[in-house]
Amino acid sequence: MNREIKRVTILIALMFVSLFVAASTIQVISADSLNNDRRNFRPVYDSYKVLRGSILVDNQPIASSVKSSDEFRYTRVYAAPMYSALTGFYSYFQGRAGLEGTLDSYLRGSNSSQFFEQLNAIFSGNPVTGASAELTIDPKVQKAAWDALGDMRGAVVAIEPRTGRILALVSKPGFDANLLAVHSGSQSQDNYSALLTDKNRPLINRAIAGDLYAPGSVFKLVVASAALESGKYTPSTLIDNPATYTLPGTKTAIHNSGEGKCGGAKKVTLAQALKLSCNIPFAQVGIALGQDVIRAQAQKFGFGDTLKIPMSVTPSVYPTGMDSSQTGLSAFGQFDVRVTPLQMAMISATIANGGLAMQPTLIDSITTANLQVLSAPTATEYGRAISATTAERVKSMMVAAVASGVSSNGAIKGVSVAGKTGTAQNGPKQPYTLWFTGFAPADDPKVAVAVVIEDGGGMGQKGFGNLLAAPVARKVMQAVLTQ
Amino acid sequence: MQVARVRQLGNPRNIEFALLLLVAGLYAFELAQIQLATVLVLRTELVLYWAPPVLLAFVMHLILRLRASEADWLILPIGLFLNTLGISVIYRLDIIKPALTSSGHAPDLFAQKQVIYTAIAMAIAAAVILLVKSHLSLRKYIYVSMVAGVLLLLLPLLPVIGKTVSGARLWVGIGSFSFQPGELAKIALTIFFAGYLVSRRESLAVVGRKFAGIRIPQARELGPIVTIWLASLAVLVLQRDLGTSLLYFAIFLVLIYVATGRPFYVVVGALMFVTGALIASRLMSYVGGRVDSWLDPLNEATYNAIGGSYQLVQGLFGLAHGGLFGTGLGGGLPQLVPLAESDFIISSLGEELGLVGLFAIFALYLLLIARAVRISVQHNDDFSKLLAIGFGFVIALQFFIVVGGVLRVLPLTGLTTPLLAAGGSSLIANWIIIALLLRISDSVPRLGVVTE
Repeated sequence: MNREIKRVTILIALMFVSLFVAASTIQVISADSLNNDRRNFRPVYDSYKVLRGSILVDNQPIASSVKSSDEFRYTRVYAAPMYSALTGFYSYFQGRAGLEGTLDSYLRGSNSSQFFEQLNAIFSGNPVTGASAELTIDPKVQKAAWDALGDMRGAVVAIEPRTGRILALVSKPGFDANLLAVHSGSQSQDNYSALLTDKNRPLINRAIAGDLYAPGSVFKLVVASAALESGKYTPSTLIDNPATYTLPGTKTAIHNSGEGKCGGAKKVTLAQALKLSCNIPFAQVGIALGQDVIRAQAQKFGFGDTLKIPMSVTPSVYPTGMDSSQTGLSAFGQFDVRVTPLQMAMISATIANGGLAMQPTLIDSITTANLQVLSAPTATEYGRAISATTAERVKSMMVAAVASGVSSNGAIKGVSVAGKTGTAQNGPKQPYTLWFTGFAPADDPKVAVAVVIEDGGGMGQKGFGNLLAAPVARKVMQAVLTQ
Repeated sequence: MQVARVRQLGNPRNIEFALLLLVAGLYAFELAQIQLATVLVLRTELVLYWAPPVLLAFVMHLILRLRASEADWLILPIGLFLNTLGISVIYRLDIIKPALTSSGHAPDLFAQKQVIYTAIAMAIAAAVILLVKSHLSLRKYIYVSMVAGVLLLLLPLLPVIGKTVSGARLWVGIGSFSFQPGELAKIALTIFFAGYLVSRRESLAVVGRKFAGIRIPQARELGPIVTIWLASLAVLVLQRDLGTSLLYFAIFLVLIYVATGRPFYVVVGALMFVTGALIASRLMSYVGGRVDSWLDPLNEATYNAIGGSYQLVQGLFGLAHGGLFGTGLGGGLPQLVPLAESDFIISSLGEELGLVGLFAIFALYLLLIARAVRISVQHNDDFSKLLAIGFGFVIALQFFIVVGGVLRVLPLTGLTTPLLAAGGSSLIANWIIIALLLRISDSVPRLGVVTE
């Protein structure tokens, strides 16, 4: 009988082994995914106990937790709506968005890099204090961008070309994240509903994750880069210069923005076409290059890639499967080309940086309460988009566009500015999308910027990039340069 | 034969006394920790929860000193530890409940009841040790046990007093008092199986034809196994609970295997049960639902279904929340899991004590079961062997079925976690098992010499 008892004992042992394995699987291996399940409210309740870390700009908190006398223990406080595109919000009832969401595990101290902090909390009985994140944002530049946009809907992104550090990131209208951090569920819900149904859609982060925008003429920077990189073009290559051009295989005629020839001559150089932002020469260049060459160039600049800054940036799109008429339209940023302002700023920054794209980032450092640095990203290369020669040539064209071309309102006295405007059409009778992207100073770039203004800046089809977007960009660049 | 070594452990009762002191201290520490972590002050009510189980444990200890001085010294401290840890968690869940729920009623409180049930259960266990002078006398009552077991099983099916709780008809209730008679039935049936199999083991083990390496007994010897199979299927169909049905049938299979040494019974029995359960799961939607929840609990549709995986998933969330070290007693949110004090007490423990704590609890159960196995091995007579291994296996399997349900090793069923979970019937039954194991261990033949 003892032999059988021994076997039964082995069976019992196996049953317990399966329990040991199952418990380890749940509590260790799949713990992270279970904790992050959106049906799991424990992280929210847990956050009551944690002194959540701050989000800092130039050592001043733009989001921080202060003691409150109710059961929530802390209230999340936001400094200003101009930072709402960065912080997002942290609500006990509506969840988290923006950096509050992306950096959540750091801010509430549950990131795996804070293991010793957690261990210490277990043994000392003190709650975990979250880590704080210092951003790369320059408050003066951010403020300049916010103020310059005024009441217009749109976004501004400013990047330091050499490092990829984001100096300003504004989406307008912003919102008051304090409205969602309130401790009353019904109040929070009401405020949230109001923001959701606001026709100006303040919760949308237009700089990185809004509806993508048609880039219009600013996309010519990508086509010009592709043309020069192909070796078939130089800035002085001559292109046919008719006053109207019928897209191949269609009866659609396209025009330059001035409804005439691009300059007066029979032929126009590539440099001249960019400086004057002419559609017809670029349509021909685009068709001659072909969509695959343009797409490959766009991808080198970052199109199609979900950048993490660390929030996810919606990938910009260069369409596939176009016929040559559509390729022609795409060459001046129409048809289904769609971009984020961050992507456009990255293109200017790349040209400014001699063709080497840098990974854009918002994070300067993440530091625990006892000043242990958890993360301090260094400048990271994203990849070479164009050769140094091409970069230099495109830069010259952009400088000319501001100095004596159609992007003149980007000019700053005493500084050489490189820039490109855009005025994208969104369909018959729809207001235009206005653009400016560029960098300054051209010979030693300190800042690259992209500005988008929706809804024609309130002027319908009368607004254009140089009129409304370029001055905004100028103010942002000035804010960087006057430091 | 050669004398190898003499094992000297000292007086087992003294070790037991020391361990009981340790457990009593731990229990006080648990209660204090809970109060400090939740209401931030020490309340004197702590003593009301602490004293009764501790005092009764020492009463049992005294009785063992007088009437069963050679009994195993680990079983009582482990029993007390698990029982009081259960009360601690139940108290921890009670203490955070508001004076009035959102619907304006007083909340359901379980800890006081659990202390009372514990006191009753331990008093009954003490009485069992006193009254059952030798477990061998139980052999006289095997048919009484059978009748009692069957009646207890059938009780919940009666009209008026029978009650259905979350789909399973396992309860009887009169007024506010309710009882799960199946818990007692498992003791009666284990006694019956052990006694019956001892008297029939010769004929059941008789050598029949050999087929594919397994000896097949003659057809008439299949009678008992078929009867028990039908009975457990009846439990499955009528009481609608897979776990209970599996428990009874598996006890029988294990005991018939130990008694006869014929793997044939296990193979055929397992096949019969799986076939029956599969058919039942096809025919009865509640079994199928449990299986769906088990296989894919995070599935949105399953999660939102009525009677779906919501509870299971909340339990998983709690366990994940606890992680390796747990949140500490009083530091977690076990109240978010429905039935956190009973069916899902293991997820409450896993959340607050972490994987480390769960491993310790599992290890204590294993130790308790190992003592039963040891008693079984050391006894020379078949009835004692079968009874001890039977009780050990009952605890092991019931724990496995319940905890495995919460940890997704098996589909969830309606059994209670032995000694830990809130509920009087289960406590009484398990303390009786502890008393009987202590009684059986007292008469283990003692050679004083271990031979090799």
